[in-house]
Amino acid sequence: MEPAFEIVVTALLVIAGTFGLIGSFGLLRLTDAMQRLHAPTKATTVGVGAALIASVIDLYLYRSELTWQELLVAVFLFITAPITALFLAKIHLHQTVPRDLLPPTGTGRDWATFDQTANGPTPELPKD
Amino acid sequence: MIGYALTYALGCFGIALACNLWRVLRGPTIADRILALDTMVINMIALIVLYGIRQGGPLNFEAALLFAMTGFVSTVAYAKFLLRGNIIE
Amino acid sequence: MIRRLFPHPWLSLTLVVTWMLLVNKVALGSLVFAAILATLVPLLTASYWPKQTRLKSPVRLAAYILLVIGDIVRANIAVAQIILFYRKDRIRSAWITVPIELTSPEAVAMLSGTITLTPGTLVADMSGCGRVLLIHCLHAPDPDAVRDEIKTRYEARLKRIFA
Repeated sequence: MEPAFEIVVTALLVIAGTFGLIGSFGLLRLTDAMQRLHAPTKATTVGVGAALIASVIDLYLYRSELTWQELLVAVFLFITAPITALFLAKIHLHQTVPRDLLPPTGTGRDWATFDQTANGPTPELPKD
Repeated sequence: MIGYALTYALGCFGIALACNLWRVLRGPTIADRILALDTMVINMIALIVLYGIRQGGPLNFEAALLFAMTGFVSTVAYAKFLLRGNIIE
Repeated sequence: MIRRLFPHPWLSLTLVVTWMLLVNKVALGSLVFAAILATLVPLLTASYWPKQTRLKSPVRLAAYILLVIGDIVRANIAVAQIILFYRKDRIRSAWITVPIELTSPEAVAMLSGTITLTPGTLVADMSGCGRVLLIHCLHAPDPDAVRDEIKTRYEARLKRIFA
């Protein structure tokens, strides 16, 4: 048992717990609905990421097996978190945020959630 | 030393789950409830991983991955339903 | 011939790596099965990937990912401070718009993923034509600085990565 690795695992576990708790605490404390979206989608991701790295190192220390499966969970979470946040933000735009709070797009079209033409053919990305 | 840190982290995520549950029950809008449920899923994944460390075995990996996948798909499906009234377009 | 068998070489490579990670041991049998998957899946899903996006430099992409991971950790600490210590009326949230010059869907998705994962900013919507991002900032006393940082720090790098 390398003591250095043990300290690393301990630190990672403490970081994981702290950030996970802060993320969920932010969900409770912040008052505005859009502000609440910020806290959990990220702090929790970092919390889980640290826990997964701690798990990899710990398994290697105590059972001397090198497993990389945990990385898959972390990658999956990091890819899906922005998508979840985008969908929830769109629901907020749709239901709670007053329409005149949003800044104008500056282009001819409205934001995609309100854009009427978006219900027809899919808007083409500009050609390169 | 790892044991104490493990207990601390498990406690933290337990309290976090309680916070999320409060938001699920209270949450003024439905989007808040979905967000709180999604955060609960992520916290549960962390709990499963930490429990795996405590047990000292890699058995829990499949459970964590399945949790992550079902959580993501159900969140997106619910959000899509609220946005369009239709899940599969 | 090879081009037709593997229309998306990076997708095939990702599939092989993912399968090997799932199996979690290095064995010839699983490598063969991974190769079969890497051939079949891109062929079957080819109709969903009509346009090719060329990856100009994989090395730069790896460097970019490392940079983003560093930023995630740094910015998480900042957001934790805001959540824990700021009084509620001192948190100044703002909506900002960022016009983007990236055109390929993959690059835009990567940029918005980066913006959402670096805490404090969150992509909420996109304009109907796909050229402007609507971003919500948790605490931005100076919204123009946030916009400049996104443009110079992330978008400029992504423009060099994707052709």
